[in-house]
Amino acid sequence: MIVAEQKSLDEIKQLVGRAQKVLVVGCGTCVTVCFAGGAREAAIVAAELRMASKLEGAPKEVTDVTVQRQCEWEYLDQIAEQVGQVDVVLSLGCGVGVQAIAEHFPNTWVVPGLNTKFMGLPTEQGVWEERCAGCGDCLLGLTGGICPIARCSKSLLNGPCGGSLNGHCEVNEEIPCAWQLIYDRLKSMGKLEVLMDIQPPKNWCTARDGGPRKIVREDLRLATEE
Amino acid sequence: MNTNGYLSGSNLERVLKNGYFAVTAELGPPQSADGNVIRRKAALLKGYCDAVNITDNQTAIVRMSSIASAVIALQEGLEPVIQMVCRDRNRLAMQSDLLGAYALGIRNLLCLTGDHQTFGNHPTAKNVFDIDSTQMVQMVTAMRDRRVFQSGGEIKGQEPRFFVGAAESPFAHPVEFRPYRLAKKAKAGANFIQTQIVYDIPAFKAFMEKARELGVHKQAYILAGVSPLKSPAMAKYMRENVPGIILPDELIERMEAAGAPWAGKKKEELTPEDKKARSAAWQAEGIKICIEIIQQLRQIEGVAGVHIMAIEWEEAVKPIVEGAGLYPRPVIPEPEAQPG
Ligand code: SF4
Ligand code: SF4
Repeated sequence: MIVAEQKSLDEIKQLVGRAQKVLVVGCGTCVTVCFAGGAREAAIVAAELRMASKLEGAPKEVTDVTVQRQCEWEYLDQIAEQVGQVDVVLSLGCGVGVQAIAEHFPNTWVVPGLNTKFMGLPTEQGVWEERCAGCGDCLLGLTGGICPIARCSKSLLNGPCGGSLNGHCEVNEEIPCAWQLIYDRLKSMGKLEVLMDIQPPKNWCTARDGGPRKIVREDLRLATEE
Repeated sequence: MNTNGYLSGSNLERVLKNGYFAVTAELGPPQSADGNVIRRKAALLKGYCDAVNITDNQTAIVRMSSIASAVIALQEGLEPVIQMVCRDRNRLAMQSDLLGAYALGIRNLLCLTGDHQTFGNHPTAKNVFDIDSTQMVQMVTAMRDRRVFQSGGEIKGQEPRFFVGAAESPFAHPVEFRPYRLAKKAKAGANFIQTQIVYDIPAFKAFMEKARELGVHKQAYILAGVSPLKSPAMAKYMRENVPGIILPDELIERMEAAGAPWAGKKKEELTPEDKKARSAAWQAEGIKICIEIIQQLRQIEGVAGVHIMAIEWEEAVKPIVEGAGLYPRPVIPEPEAQPG
């Protein structure tokens, strides 16, 4: 899932600025699961903004609503009326959600309430870790299902650098060395020989480096008028 | 396009190919635009090594460019090995810099991954890591041997001909994988290998045994890294903080023993003369240990030379090389330049 983290209330206040009517829009999918921007968080942020603006002597009208998925037009249609009534939308969706609102409501000023961090998973209660960098050409089949692009600090393809120590990355002790993990896994699976092949330079065209990406599935497209 | 059977014809290649035990040293460029720093360090190293590594923004700290520093070293009569890390350049920048480096007379290249930028003085920088060090070895050997760019496109005109090196850290983790990673770099085409600093001879012997089993010593010249200890505190710091360094207790004890006459005294009880004498005693012991390590390394089959890392202590190289019986350095005439 997409993992995000809430911005500080101070930053949110700055982003909202002098707008009088504010709509906080939560999202019911990824950011609900990572406790950053679901219905609960949207209600809390709305209350905090109301309280803060009151204390500052310029009370704002802050409401909140949560859609099931901010990244799909059909869910955004459901809140069109509320969006139309406010000065600013504070989106608690990921970066995709914020942009979906901007795109879908061209006359609405929208600001982000979250910092979108990565694609990852919870490894324990309250801990999320990055797993995929969306490189567009998945090579997990070569590495026993552990991603060296997202999880090695240097995205190395031919084994660990000289900084790997006691299982952690040279960058800091909090980061497990992806190549130690890959080595251990391939060893336990009896597949170490995979590591002896030299992996060629990666084609980064399929990643962000090739420019913004797009997928077109002709088989799924609705017939368009000529 | 080979010049008398040499790949690059560099001094380092000639020394190794003719069966001499090679000595390389290291020269760290300044964090300024002062070329005299290079000249001063070069003067200390000249004649005592076959080639000198010029580091590339070592530990992710901005320094004078490795290629520019190497050209100054060349002017001073010292053969450079330019280091190049994958952190700061993509494949375009690497190749264009290497074309330029060759045109400027540089003939040796060491391909490195590079320390992560968070260690250095620009931790907020974006890194590159477009290709890794193994892939860089492949790229530069293909430029030389197949006259192609990484894209596969032909190099029309003079190809850059480097004697290509790579690094290996025998004791970094996972330790069992290190000889294989070394073998991968040799397979990629590395002509020489420089290792992380060795203090633990038995551990290094085990690494070399595995390397020989894999036949690496027949494909690439392996130069073992050594570095003189400067003080017990530095030794302990290295042991605790530098990945891939095993420093036996015995060596730390020897360094401490060297400072014994001044031990037990508080800082303020030591006169400046005392401190100077203590430093000198430590340094003498550090150099002595380094010489002993070199002598032991020479006995290990497959070790083709040593790489002496005495960064910011270039003065130490002369006594080490002399003490290890590696002075004077062999002089092998340059191959005749081929027409074209
Ligand atoms: S290889 Fe690419 S697509 Fe596969 S997990 Fe890693 S970043 Fe994601
Ligand atoms: S220590 Fe491991 S994870 Fe960190 S950069 Fe090196 S190989 Fe990658």
